[in-house]
Amino acid sequence: MKVAVLRFPGTNCEFDTQYAFEKLGHTTELVWHEKEMLPEDIDLVVVPGGFSYGDYLRSGSIARFSPVMKAVTTYANDGGKVLGICNGFQILTEAGLLPGALKRNNDLHFISKHQNLCVINNDNAFLNKCGKGEVLNIPIAHADGNYYIDESGFKKLEKNKQILLRYSDKNGDPVVVNGSVTSIAGVCNEEKNVFGLMPHPERALEALLGSEDGIRMLKGFEA
Amino acid sequence: MTKAVVNVFLKEGVLDPQGKAAHHALDSLGFDQVDDVRIGKQIIIKLDTDDRAAAEAEVTEMCETLLANTVIEDYTIEID
Repeated sequence: MKVAVLRFPGTNCEFDTQYAFEKLGHTTELVWHEKEMLPEDIDLVVVPGGFSYGDYLRSGSIARFSPVMKAVTTYANDGGKVLGICNGFQILTEAGLLPGALKRNNDLHFISKHQNLCVINNDNAFLNKCGKGEVLNIPIAHADGNYYIDESGFKKLEKNKQILLRYSDKNGDPVVVNGSVTSIAGVCNEEKNVFGLMPHPERALEALLGSEDGIRMLKGFEA
Repeated sequence: MTKAVVNVFLKEGVLDPQGKAAHHALDSLGFDQVDDVRIGKQIIIKLDTDDRAAAEAEVTEMCETLLANTVIEDYTIEID
């Protein structure tokens, strides 16, 4: 598999993301935000975490207008798979590729810790290697991770099985972490080819460092 | 030259965590008449035109495109 990893001014998870996919045996290529085209023959685009454009105005709001995001939008509209992690999730919602928006955490803190997540739906390319109801331990690190969507949007998400992950306890019961609507940690689009989550699977690759549950997530993209 | 003042706030019904924190702080300082606090941002734009209607149309487009995220935010525009 060939993975394109985007890089904006202020991105800081691009190398961890490359490391993760290369550890799984894939090739990766960094793509600078000024590029108007994505590399050929890619199987996945990852919009990694960080603080693109210093989070000015709103997290992700400026990065979404980068030349490369036009190419990503075309790629996604043609059915290509796109994964947004943390700031990448914020960029994809700002770009309208994912529904909803990410607000400041309810307690205003930057939250950085390991967090249990419950797999809500696994009939998608991202989580098909995980069981429904399975609990995964993946780190989170964000200030603006408070997912918001209005009621009609939420009903649509539920009906189409677009809610992928919720913050949970070790038994899989939802817990309030940052104020997200029904503790949502990750969603996908209606067509199920664009995925966004606040937690960092690329930081959960080694049991020695706390968890290797990220591997199972990222393996979902292997055909 | 026309000056536009844009105010962006979270929509009614969308919890404003910063407003809430400031409200708590005001309460604990003894300002006990405070009913609600909302925190937004103000963006001041100077436009190179004297056509107020055109300026307002242009700034509205700026708000819809970039300055506000209409999923969670409302905005107002005042043309000076």
